[in-house]
Order: sequence, then C-alpha cells, then structure tokens
Amino acid sequence: MSQTFLGMPSLPVFGTGNLHASESFPKAAHRELGNAQLRANLGHATHTIRDKRLQVVSELPDWEQLRDAGSAIKESVMARLPELLEQFEKNFTARGGVIHWARDADEANEIVAGLIRETGETEAVKVKSMATQEIGLNEYLEEQGITALETDLAELIVQLDHDKPSHILVPAIHKNRSQVRDIFLREMPGADPALTDDPAKLAAAARTHLRRKFLTAKVAVSGANFALADSGTLAVVESEGNGRMCLTLPETLITVMGIEKLLPTWQDLEVFMQLLPRSSTGERMNPYTSLWTGVTEGDGPQNMHLVLLDNGRSAALADEMGRSALHCIRCSACMNVCPVYERTGGHAYGSTYPGPIGAILSPLMTGIQAEENSSLPYASSLCGACYDACPVKINIPDILVHLRGVDVDSKRGKKKIPTQMDAGMKAASWALSSGKRLGLLEKGLPLGRLAAGPDKKITKLPGIAAGWTQSRDIPAPPPQSFRTWWANEHRGPDPEGGPMPSHNKGDQQ
Amino acid sequence: MKIALFATCIVDAMYPATAKATVAILERLGHEVVFPGGQACCGQMHVNSGYFKEAVPVIANHVAAFESDDYDVAVAPSGSCVASVKHQHPMIARSCGDRALEERAAAVGAKTYELSELLVDVLGVTDAGSQLGSWFPHRVTYHPSCHGMRLLRLGDRQQRLLDTVRGIDLTPLPEPDQCCGFGGTFSMKNADVSSAMLEDKAANITATGASLCSGGDASCLMHIGGGLSRQGSSIRTLHFAEILASTEQHPAQIAGEVQLLSGKAAQ
Amino acid sequence: MSARDEILGRVRAALKDSPQVPQVPRGYRATSALDEEALIELLVDRLVDYKAQVTVVDTAEVPTRIAALLAGAQSYVVPAGLDTGWLAGVEYEPADGRRHLDSADTPLTVAELDGIDAVVTGSAVAVAETGTIILDGSPSQGRRAISLVPDHHICVVKATDIAGILPEALRRIDGTRPLTMISGPSATSDIELERVEGVHGPRKLDVIIAR
Repeated sequence: MSQTFLGMPSLPVFGTGNLHASESFPKAAHRELGNAQLRANLGHATHTIRDKRLQVVSELPDWEQLRDAGSAIKESVMARLPELLEQFEKNFTARGGVIHWARDADEANEIVAGLIRETGETEAVKVKSMATQEIGLNEYLEEQGITALETDLAELIVQLDHDKPSHILVPAIHKNRSQVRDIFLREMPGADPALTDDPAKLAAAARTHLRRKFLTAKVAVSGANFALADSGTLAVVESEGNGRMCLTLPETLITVMGIEKLLPTWQDLEVFMQLLPRSSTGERMNPYTSLWTGVTEGDGPQNMHLVLLDNGRSAALADEMGRSALHCIRCSACMNVCPVYERTGGHAYGSTYPGPIGAILSPLMTGIQAEENSSLPYASSLCGACYDACPVKINIPDILVHLRGVDVDSKRGKKKIPTQMDAGMKAASWALSSGKRLGLLEKGLPLGRLAAGPDKKITKLPGIAAGWTQSRDIPAPPPQSFRTWWANEHRGPDPEGGPMPSHNKGDQQ
Repeated sequence: MKIALFATCIVDAMYPATAKATVAILERLGHEVVFPGGQACCGQMHVNSGYFKEAVPVIANHVAAFESDDYDVAVAPSGSCVASVKHQHPMIARSCGDRALEERAAAVGAKTYELSELLVDVLGVTDAGSQLGSWFPHRVTYHPSCHGMRLLRLGDRQQRLLDTVRGIDLTPLPEPDQCCGFGGTFSMKNADVSSAMLEDKAANITATGASLCSGGDASCLMHIGGGLSRQGSSIRTLHFAEILASTEQHPAQIAGEVQLLSGKAAQ
Repeated sequence: MSARDEILGRVRAALKDSPQVPQVPRGYRATSALDEEALIELLVDRLVDYKAQVTVVDTAEVPTRIAALLAGAQSYVVPAGLDTGWLAGVEYEPADGRRHLDSADTPLTVAELDGIDAVVTGSAVAVAETGTIILDGSPSQGRRAISLVPDHHICVVKATDIAGILPEALRRIDGTRPLTMISGPSATSDIELERVEGVHGPRKLDVIIAR
C-alpha cells in the first residue's frame, strides 16, 4: 500500500444490495414450483442449453486441461489480488482511464450517478452486467432522475415487464416466446400489432426499438468479463452487438467490475475465451468480444471510467474454504445443469446470483446470517452436476457443505430450545458413533413394523420427517438387522470387538 | 483376500439382504469376509447437514472400526458412503483440527472400495453370469447414483456387471445422470423440490417398462422406491448386489409381486 | 481512509493465511498442425455454421467478389487504409457519393454511418476452430464504429492470417489495440435459448477468404 497503513481493517466487511433472499428458499421454491408455465419454460431452456454445451465441450480434446489451467489461474489471481489490482490500476490509468473504488453497493451507485451527472446527460444505455444488477444501479439511477436503458434482449424483456432477472446469462429464461411477444406488445412503444412470437421477429423488434437510442447515446454503462492486469485491458463478451454499440459509440463509458475479475496476463485470455463461450451459450465462440485498453484516440469513448467494486468480495476471499467461489466467470453452466434450479428457477434464490453458484456466493458475500441467506446452502441435493460443469472447477458441493457448517455453528448456543434437527443430529451422533449402540437401537427397529400397515409401508411420519412422507413411503423395517443376522450366523455378537471372520461356507443366501 | 464389509447403517438396519448379498458374492469368489463389529455409520448425514462437530465421533468410530491391519481391503455396497469415507472423513477431521484423525481416516479411505469398483478393478469380474453364477430373469432398469458417478467416477461398472447377469433384460433409463432428489436431509428440508425431482425420475423409470429399478445406493433406492410406492406403482427397487447374488438355486427375494420374464410371479 | 486503501487493506487482511500461488498447468493445446487448405476448410465450416456467407477465392479474384457483394448496396464505407486494389472491381464515380472513406482523422458521424448500407474491411487474424475473425483497428480495418453500424459487413480474410486455434491467433496480435472478435453475424439466444441470427450488430456477414 502506498499510503500509511492505518491498521488492519476488521474483517469481514459484508456486501449490500441485491444479494439477499428475503424469504427462505424452501418457501420461495414452494411458490415457484406451483407455476406450471415456469417449470415448462425452464425445463425446455435448460435441456436445450445442456445438450449444446455437451456437444461443443466434447469437441475439444483438451477441455480438462483448459479447466485445470483456468482453475489455477484464478487461484493465483486470488492469492495475488492486492498486487494485481495495483498493477491493473497503474496500466489502466496510464492509458487514459480513470479508476474509482467502491466499498459497497451504495458507494458504487453514487459514483456512477455522479459520473453521469457530470456529463449533463439524464439517460444512459446499458450492457448487461451482473455487477450493476447486484448493486441495484438501475433503481438508484431512476431515483436520481437518470434513465438507464437495458439493451441486452433478455434484460430488455425483464425491464419492460418490470420483472427481475432469473438467470445470469439469460435473465428472461423464465419467459417463453409468446410471453415475450405479449410483453413487447404491451410495453414497447410503437410495437407492430402484427408481431408474431417468432424469436427472429422478436429480436428484430428489439433492434428497431433500440436503434435510435444507440445512435444518440452519450453515456454507456457496462460490466466487464475480464480485466488484464499486465496491460490494463478490459473485455466484454456478448452476442447481439448491443455491447459493441455501448462500448463504441458513446462519448463516455462507465464500467462497473468486481475486484475478482482480473486475469494476470494477456496469455490467460486464451484459456478463458475457450472456456467461457462453450460453457455459457454452448457456442464455439460468442458472436462478439470487445477488448479495449484505456482510451484510443479517434476510436470509441474518449472518457473511460472503471468502478472497482468490493461489496463483500473481500469477505468471501477471507473464507479459506469458500474463496474459490470468486473464481466464477458467470457462465451459468452450473445453473443450467442444476436439477434444483431447473425446477425452481432463479427468483427462488432471491439474490442476483441464483443457482448453485448463487447458493454459495450470496451467503459468502453477505455473511450467513443476512436475511434468509442461510437457507441457500441447503438448496442442493449435492448431486455434483455443477462441479462437473464448472469451467474453472469450483467445488460447489464442498462449499455448500462448508457453509451449512458455518450456518449450524453460527446458531449454536443462540437458541433457547434446540430445533428438531439439532436434537436429532445430536442423538444420531450418539447412536451412530458406536456399533454397540447402533446394534441395540436396531433391535428396537422391528417395532417400527407396528407403524406400518398390512402392506408393510409407513406412509406418515411426524415432525421434520413429514417432509419425506409427503411424497414417499418408507418400507417397514426388517425383522432383523444385518448385524444381528451376522452375529447369529457367525461366532456370536461381539459388537465392539475386532473383525469377526465369516465361515466362508459359500452361498449364505 | 480378506475383505472387511462396511455394511453402512441404512443397509445394516433397513436392507440386510443387500449386505448378505455382498457377502455371498465375495465368498463365491473365494474370499474371506469379516464384519468389524464396531462399525456404525459414515457420518455423511451429519456432515452434509452441517453438523461437523457431531460428525466427528461418528467418523472417529468408523476409523477405529476399520483401521485394523487384519484385512486387505474394505468394501461397502454404497457409492455415497464410500465417497464420504474417502473424501469427507479426512476433510472434516482437518477442519476440526484433528491432524491425527485426518491421517488415520485417509489411510482407511485408501483401502475402502465401493462394491462394483472392488469387483471390476480388484477382483477382475467381467462377466457376472459366468464368474458369479448370477441369474435374474427380469426386466430391469438402472439408476446410477450421483455420488458413485461423480465423486467416485464409477463410470459404467455397475451397469456392465448387471448387463452380464444371465437372463436379465436391462433397459436403459432416460436421463440417467439426473439426481433422484434424495440428498439426505435435503429430502426433508426442501421436500417440495426433492419431490419434483423424484417425480421426474419415477416417470423416466416407469417409461422403461421395467418391473425393477436397480442401483448402487440403498438410500437413493429407498427414496425412489418410496416414491413409486406412493404413486401405487408396482415397480420395485433392488440393489445391484442382490441381482448379482441371485442364482437359479437361490433367486433374489423381492418384496411384492414382480413379473418374471417368463410370465410367472416371483416372491 | 480512502476507499482504495480500505479495499486493498481488506483484501490483504483476507489473505492473511498467505495462500500459495499455484503453478499454472498449461497442458492445453498451444499449436495446431493443419495445413492451409485444412485451415480454410475448417474456418468455412464454422462460419457457415454461424450463418455467415463465405466464399474462398484466389487473391486476384477479391475485387470481383467484393464488387459482386456490393452490387445491392446504395452506399458503402471503407477504412482509409484498405488495399485500394480490392475495390478495383467496383465502379467508382466520386460524384455519386456511393463510396465513403473513414479514418480517425476524418471520421464519419454515427448518423452518417447509419445511412450507409455496407462496410468492407480487412482483418488481423482468424481462428479456424472457432470461426472467429479478429479486427484490431489497423488501417485495413479502421475504427470500430464502421464495422458495427452498417448492416452488411464484407470482411476479407487472407489465408495466411488463419490460425488453427485461439492461442495461436492471440499470440499474433497486440492485446492493447482496440479489438473486436467476430464470430458470425450478431445473434441472440435470449428467447428459449434458441439461437437467432441478426440483432444489433451487422445482420449480414460476408467473409471472403483470399488465398
């Protein structure tokens, strides 16, 4: 640090903004599951993208090596973050850019609003950006009398519908084509009443709607996919050309980027530009990627600003088990393969970041105790599909389990009456940490047969176990446990003793 | 070879036939099976629910029960529990600051195998029909459980073994890699989502026309079977060990009525 | 404390465990071994997949091909540094205002560009495996705006500029120039994740591969 060090800041400092679930995941999921149209839309979309991703990933003979490289590069970025941030700052500034640092969402919003105000404009075009969703920039600007116009097709759909994004790549994934047509007809001034639900026609309608805005905009706000420390270069990966419009035509460009987006060198881009498009849209390459290094005279915006955002990232970084969540390149492959996301959609997670990555990133950035975020790490069956799909190998299942531990520990001793789960886990720990105790309990299990009907099924259980029997029967316990059978067949019970050899007398069935 | 059986708590208490079948298969191959009596549970339920402190005694118990040099390898008829032993035990010991337990757990994990892994990789079983005498004349579909597939990378070992059982009609399951929705306490904490996942899994199983769904994890099979049962389906679930152990002389015991391929009902 | 110093302080504090900086394993492919014909074939295949129109011609035929592609355009723009020989086949009447030259010194306005039908540019390098063409703002490619606003982009790729895979291509260019990587015409997958070509960027991309 160049200035006097004023003591170690107390950690962690959590993030604010749109990072919270305001109701518990099971409650939100219950509501979303009731929406048959939503489930059909999501099922269709996630299956389409899964197949495309698998197809293009299988084409590359070195996919696993690319993942290994991507993972190691990101790990080294996290380990060297202070140094890389300073290096990036130096290079970006040397090329005519201006860097602003924002501790949290409020500070970032104020900076962006101030920069727009300085230009004298009251309107800005926007390229889809997760960071600005996270800080709630559009809403803040609106309060300040500034109109932020989303230009990505899906963001436009969501904004026109006064809805919230439900996916980080395809924010309107929860809408099908006919719903999109209805939104356009209702909300888009001058929409052709004969508009059909053909996606090509819908895209053309968006083009017409936004064209004038692009050509006259003086200010654009963007995010960034990558920032190269060794050159001060920024990259935006997109498809529609709305990114190019925003990054090229206006006079002023304001980019908002999380501090974790850095890559050390130009060479690292060759890894990430292979990993990202195949993992996100399932394409060999996305239609357009723009890279710019500060200001280029006569080409593109001449006023270049970058807001570097912490907003809880340093808190996530402080969690040794969880910090690799910051490796995320926002490809959305994890949510596309997640069986939970597929059925609940993104709104159930509350936060800007839904799906498996959101279930770890949101509580890491806000702290486990923020609103209902402690319910997010449980929103997974731990099937592991997300880890396999992640291009930078974030071990999401392990971090989910780690955060469950953080949650349980954060509540220890705080409750007067332990929950059913607490009591059950304590009792089970006692019973399951001794062969003898488990053996004794198993002797009582046949009593469970009394609870079963003549069909030997248990169909209703009390308390938290009622969740099981809402859709599943349990078979009546067997008359005898394996342990007891073995003891009878072999040399008598010795439940705490050493190995008991079998008689090796052939088929025991 | 002297093989220590880790029955797993759910099989020990609820599905003893699966453990008996595991013993039968291994003995049929001429190996000696021992049952370390101190064993109880892998502790996965505690770990996956975030109760690490409560998991430690469970893990310590498992390590103590299986760290004897008196056997060559340990085996369990469960991908999930073996993954827990190999992966979670050292991790939890480490996160709770018990380096000694971490090392002992890693040593136990290193000699613990999932059943199909042991059969195929160590014991060289390539044809269950000829090497184990397996006979099972039913139409069966097979669900590969997530932890075996993704944490142990079992690949198609279980399916290949089933495929070589004499008389079996193994029908492919659509979307086999999709989780059944069990997930331990997930099935209770997020019962609605879990049920929605199960609904789709059950529909895929039903679509195969099989009378039985096999797999390598009793917990997932209990979940799937419980869902099918609630729907009034006649499709049963059965661990692949029981199918491998099944012979003409000693056919597998299947709860309820299941149609034989020849048309005759088996008990 | 400034926000900068506070954030850097937080980040340093978060790393108090001094995590190791791993060696990056770069076992992925750094080179490909395709000859020129194979590179062309692969690039054509990938571009066609993106719904770009592609023709492979001998260098001498480039002017004829450009002229044919411009036949329907009322107006077109070219960067000031474009190889003038490439336009030899296009009938040129300075008075008709059909051809527009653009450079950083004498830039067309956005409104002017919006009134122009087509643009002809060269390219810096192409990636066969991904069907990607990279423009780096050098004289044959011009300012980024000219290859963006007109609805029809005619882009000449020299066969010698085709790399097999992305790492090879990125090694050939200067990352600090204003770069645009183009893989087909503009497209979106935002509705039901089905790809539709043609949104805000040029809806028509014609690639001429010159060997």
